[in-house]
Amino acid sequence: MRLDELGQGETAEITEVLGNDVLASRLMEMGIIDGEPITMIGKAPMGDPIEFSVQGYRISLRKLEAARVQIARTR
Amino acid sequence: MLGKELASPTPAALRTVALIGNPNTGKSSLFNALCGMNARVGNYPGVTVEQKVGRLIGSKLTVDVIDLPGTYSLAARSADEAVAVNVLTGTFPNQSKPELAVVILDAANIERNLYLFSQIYELGLPVLVVLNMWDRVEAEGISVEADLLSKRLGVPVVCTSANKRKGIELVREAIERLLLSPPEAIQPSRFARAQFPGAFHREVDELENWLTSEGKPSFRFQVDRLLIDTDGEYQRSLCQSGLHEINDRIAASRNRLAEAGCKVPMFETKTRYAWIRRTIEGAVTRRESKSVSWSDKVDKWLTHRWVGMFAFVLIMFLVFQSITFFAALPMQGIEAMQGWVGAQAESLLPPGALRSLFVDGVVAGVGGVLMFLPQIAILFFFIAVLEDCGYMARAAFVMDKLMSSVGLSGKSFLPLMSSFACAVPGIMATRTIENRKDRMVTLLIAPLMSCSARMPVYILMVSAFVPATTYAAGWVSLQGLVLLGMQSIGAIVAIPVAWILKKFFFPGETATFLMELHSYKWPSPFVIYQRVWERVLAFVTRAGTLIFCTTVLVWAAGYFPGNHDQVDAATSSLEKQQAELASLESQKANAAEAQEASKLEQLDNELEKTRQAIAEETDRVNSLRSSLIENSFLGLTGRFIEPVVKPLGWDWKIGVAVIASFPAREVIISTLGTIYALGSAEDHESEGLQAQMKDAQWPDGRPVFSLATAMSIMIFFALCAQCSATLMTIRRETNSWRWPVFSFVYMTTLAYIGAWIAFNVFS
Repeated sequence: MRLDELGQGETAEITEVLGNDVLASRLMEMGIIDGEPITMIGKAPMGDPIEFSVQGYRISLRKLEAARVQIARTR
Repeated sequence: MLGKELASPTPAALRTVALIGNPNTGKSSLFNALCGMNARVGNYPGVTVEQKVGRLIGSKLTVDVIDLPGTYSLAARSADEAVAVNVLTGTFPNQSKPELAVVILDAANIERNLYLFSQIYELGLPVLVVLNMWDRVEAEGISVEADLLSKRLGVPVVCTSANKRKGIELVREAIERLLLSPPEAIQPSRFARAQFPGAFHREVDELENWLTSEGKPSFRFQVDRLLIDTDGEYQRSLCQSGLHEINDRIAASRNRLAEAGCKVPMFETKTRYAWIRRTIEGAVTRRESKSVSWSDKVDKWLTHRWVGMFAFVLIMFLVFQSITFFAALPMQGIEAMQGWVGAQAESLLPPGALRSLFVDGVVAGVGGVLMFLPQIAILFFFIAVLEDCGYMARAAFVMDKLMSSVGLSGKSFLPLMSSFACAVPGIMATRTIENRKDRMVTLLIAPLMSCSARMPVYILMVSAFVPATTYAAGWVSLQGLVLLGMQSIGAIVAIPVAWILKKFFFPGETATFLMELHSYKWPSPFVIYQRVWERVLAFVTRAGTLIFCTTVLVWAAGYFPGNHDQVDAATSSLEKQQAELASLESQKANAAEAQEASKLEQLDNELEKTRQAIAEETDRVNSLRSSLIENSFLGLTGRFIEPVVKPLGWDWKIGVAVIASFPAREVIISTLGTIYALGSAEDHESEGLQAQMKDAQWPDGRPVFSLATAMSIMIFFALCAQCSATLMTIRRETNSWRWPVFSFVYMTTLAYIGAWIAFNVFS
């Protein structure tokens, strides 16, 4: 599934960041790399962007950006 | 003897160190703590990035500290982003290569912060690591073993809390120590880069050799970037320097890497994070706590669906109310001061060019600059508080969806909102937008927001020419509706303008909006004081001088080449009569007290005569002034452009007033006053001016002013760039004359078209 589909409070493991453009690089530089756990903290009042917790810090991603990240739900 | 001198340079020799780190790591606090408030601010050649250099204080060495812009990575996709690499590699022509890189890390988030470190490490410079926000480490229950980390990294590590000025001494000492006895070069085998796949190393070696053979020897780090970054800045700059073959070379290399199973760019980030993991293992541990921190609790509400929106509106409301409230008094003070200085000058200097230059040029120019200071200071006070406590990022988070509908991001909201008070602080506030394209678009549409200087023009026109009709039992007035429309038209026009700018002038993929949301903390008074002071100083020294010059130039255009002898003589005699009037009045008061009836009567007669003489003389002075401005350079220009402004329903006098209002919009009112021979002390509620405007006629006897003319003037002022302060601030913020010229041209064109439409619709 994609990162933007993650529900509030849920944690998943990142499996892949799609693409090799600037956005993909920026996401990975910020620590969004495969194997890392990521938690969805909440959405902005208008539903976009979304706040996540990764690598021990908080990051805000737009839905379109989060859709680039493939995840697998952990048990 | 000689050898020893060479080994340890004399203390007077200038040494350079660079300060670099992620955004929001307290880098500028550390910089200010190290260098005091006397940073030299300039611009790097060809980019919009501010160059900030300070002198290390309290040191026996002479050390320049370069404050590099905050960044998450050295991978540069634009000239602006390449500044850090260019400084660290000593590529900028007039800046020496730093001898030491001071890398500041957020101690509470070492993992991600070490990413940038792992890149800087590979540039081969000696490195000093500063673990800042040490207070937070303790508060958040993270355990960091600085000594172990230092050993693993092979570089010295010091711990600080720069916002509380703790540990600054340690940084200074470490810098001195490292400059006096440079450490041995770090073994490349320790770099994260050493773990890159073999295929990559082979490609880099080959490309490096080829670049050298082509006469473009490059740093190893730059060659890495060529292969890893799609659309990288170094590739672009090589291409621009004529090495077009580089594109094919890189493409071929990447193909070979893909065949060898090396995924670009993923392998880099993966390798670096794996390296980080190994490096900090056992040195940094996070206590997994189940309890929710207070920052999370606050955040839950401030980003909540309804509460968050309400909190945002409330905070913005309070901020802008406070700006209006707190700025009003100092602005009145400045105005009063200006009036007082002007009056003093009038009593000391005889009427003439010198007095006019001083009162209408210098005092008006200085006042015009100072007038902005209260708003700038107060706005930046709030920005600093909101940024430092962590709310600013949340505000951008909350507003992002709305702003993204016009292609901008949440970070553009506050600068645009500020521009409703005044575009100058608004444009300066665009510095909080990291993305260059977003920042440029925001900066270029900010002057369209209806600022407070447009209000007097609207009020004058509306009260004179819009009928005072009311609707809905007196609750809604037509005048009020027109005012509201004028207030909103700029913002409405800004939407398509932003879209066009984004589409045609700053094309490219949509900006990413990866934004770190820091935990909340109490803002530091040091940081707030520094930010406010820095912005105020930057405005006065760099935009202020230009604003001042424009005011003086426009004054000169309105003053010359006329012969002022008559008007000066008339002004002199007028002032004498006024002094006489005052003395007669005091005599009269004395006589009234002494109850001398005969003397009173005589004085009344004299008073009457003097008053009449003053009225006649005033009319004479005003008509002389009016004819002088008619024949000045300004008047000549006004008449020259009359054919251009005629379609807007304007006569040449309006044209002159519009040109004269270039230093500041509200000047149009006093210029209209002068040109309609009313003297210059007119304000927007002046009935005399309104009556004069209503009486103004075209040569064929038709009235000049009508509802259509008023609408056309208002629309013009809503959309035009008649504000030198705004244009000079754009010049300063973009480091180029291109953008102020662009703003002036596009806004004047819009204003002209808008005014033409308004005139034709309403007539």
